[in-house]
Amino acid sequence: MVDDQIGRTNAASHALKRAGSFISSLALTFLGLTAITFLISRMTKIDPVLAIVGDKASKEVYDKTYAMLGLDKPLIVQYGGYLRKLLSGDMGTSVLTSQPVLTDLIHVFPATFELATVAIVMGVLIGVPGGVIAAARKGHWQDQVIRVVCLFGYSIPVFWLGLVGLFVLYGKLGWVSGTGRLDIGYDDIVTTRSGILLIDAALEGQWDIFRNAFSHLILPASILAYFSLAYIARMTRSFMIDQLSQEYIIAARIKGRSYWGAVWKHAFPNIMVPLITVIGLSYASLLEGAVLTETVFAWPGLGQYITRALFNSDMNAVLGGTVLIGMVFIGINLFCDFLYKIFDPRLRSA
Amino acid sequence: MSEILLDVQDLNVSFPSQRGTTKAVRNASFTLGRERLGIVGESGSGKSTMGRAILGLTPSPGIVTAKKITFNGENLLGRSEADWQLLRGRRMTMVMQDPKYSLNPVMKIGHQIGETCRLNLGVTGQEAQRRSLAMLDAVKIRDPDRVYNLYPHELSGGMGQRAMIAMMLVAEPDLLIADEPTSALDVTVQNEVLRILDALVRDRGMGLIFISHNLTVVSSFCDRILVMYGGKILEECKAKELHHAKHPYTQALIAAAPSLYERRAELATVVRNPEWLK
Repeated sequence: MVDDQIGRTNAASHALKRAGSFISSLALTFLGLTAITFLISRMTKIDPVLAIVGDKASKEVYDKTYAMLGLDKPLIVQYGGYLRKLLSGDMGTSVLTSQPVLTDLIHVFPATFELATVAIVMGVLIGVPGGVIAAARKGHWQDQVIRVVCLFGYSIPVFWLGLVGLFVLYGKLGWVSGTGRLDIGYDDIVTTRSGILLIDAALEGQWDIFRNAFSHLILPASILAYFSLAYIARMTRSFMIDQLSQEYIIAARIKGRSYWGAVWKHAFPNIMVPLITVIGLSYASLLEGAVLTETVFAWPGLGQYITRALFNSDMNAVLGGTVLIGMVFIGINLFCDFLYKIFDPRLRSA
Repeated sequence: MSEILLDVQDLNVSFPSQRGTTKAVRNASFTLGRERLGIVGESGSGKSTMGRAILGLTPSPGIVTAKKITFNGENLLGRSEADWQLLRGRRMTMVMQDPKYSLNPVMKIGHQIGETCRLNLGVTGQEAQRRSLAMLDAVKIRDPDRVYNLYPHELSGGMGQRAMIAMMLVAEPDLLIADEPTSALDVTVQNEVLRILDALVRDRGMGLIFISHNLTVVSSFCDRILVMYGGKILEECKAKELHHAKHPYTQALIAAAPSLYERRAELATVVRNPEWLK
């Protein structure tokens, strides 16, 4: 009875300790991320005051704005103030849109999220089996075909593929819709709930809007999917080739497994950890906002937002966007760490 | 050995490459009854390649040719993949060298043994589990219920090899090829694993091909011995008569083994003569 209680207390304190180290590592990463982005933004030659007052402002107005922005204080104080505001959800106001940066990000991020998620799902569904088949049929025609398709995937410039895709599939054939997220006639009909048009339209049962959003989404998503599937398939192939040469594959076949049975049931579960890393990184880089794709398709996403902010010295917006991307990376890494332990028993702590 | 389990005549295994063909096994012929046949030789003498060829698992681009290979009277040459699957696991099997690499690291031990049952015996669920646990018990694992739920990295080398033996023998095959089954283990555990293997082979009346480079183990464990060099079988003799071997290569192998009781300033090196391969 007493032993049992001690055991339970130990388990509880152990869990508490793990949660503590988890949260502190999270906080440390966040601190490092904000410190570095803040420093870089202050070290650039861009003058945030000029961006607000313009170059025709008087010295008096300039100095007043300079002091208002807190730029006369030491860097560490500025950072402290920035961090305090950030934690209360205040990322400052964008010069370009005159709106809080947070509001802007909430507006643009779902567009990128929608595009990236559809792209990564397609990339995984095609890229992973493709890589497995190429590895299992290494040197045969299946392997050659998949490798050539992948080679095109990471050699063709994305904007070129986007333009050709628009020209052929939208301009000539009319199979898909053109640029933007919706036809103009459908704009602002659906209430924004998640910001993800497919979901918002489905929630309201507006199926014609759903179809329209989908026909706008499918081409840029396919193009991004092509690039990530090329990478995913290539990495899957090399992970699988490595595993297929292992002794336990021969052992499985001695037990009476077919070749493909050994490939899928034995080798494939063993590539999950590196594969999750690759998929996580691809997804994270898609969530940064694919600037070129978003530009070609006039897709109002994060990539476009940050690029425009950069060109206009809108430092609050740049900083806010960078912090958001950093947090996306941290989030995806955490999720990957969690998945590793599910798929590989060797990584579970006792 | 009235009943012939395995009959191999003129087996050749070669690996073509850009720099010419490597002959890994040359014109090997032997028969096996329900007995223990030891195959000894240095690394690269073709022992393991021969074992894998018998199981139809020669890695590409290897080419296997033979005048005849029969198993229980069934022809093994030119079998389709589907035909091989009826034999492998169910009627012939192999215990491999190192459980660290030959057990699937992300599958529970019980699941890996159960897989052999499911694939070969047509049993599932509870029955597969019952047989797996019984088999773990048969390889003298003290706490089968616990080990059943462990992963390979949670086992010691000796335990892992016993789990491997359980996994390969649970479908009660007629022929076992043991490819250096104790080479990766600590010396103290080797004997234990050998004893377990010995008892299982004896109880079930299996034919055993025991591949090793340990002359002492082979001569005490097997009935007959084949000595291989450069892919060729140089000599065949009764295990008890190994010390009266006639071939100079076999004599050299025996002489090269250091003795505990005799101090030698210099250990003998093995003489090799490419003439023997002709």
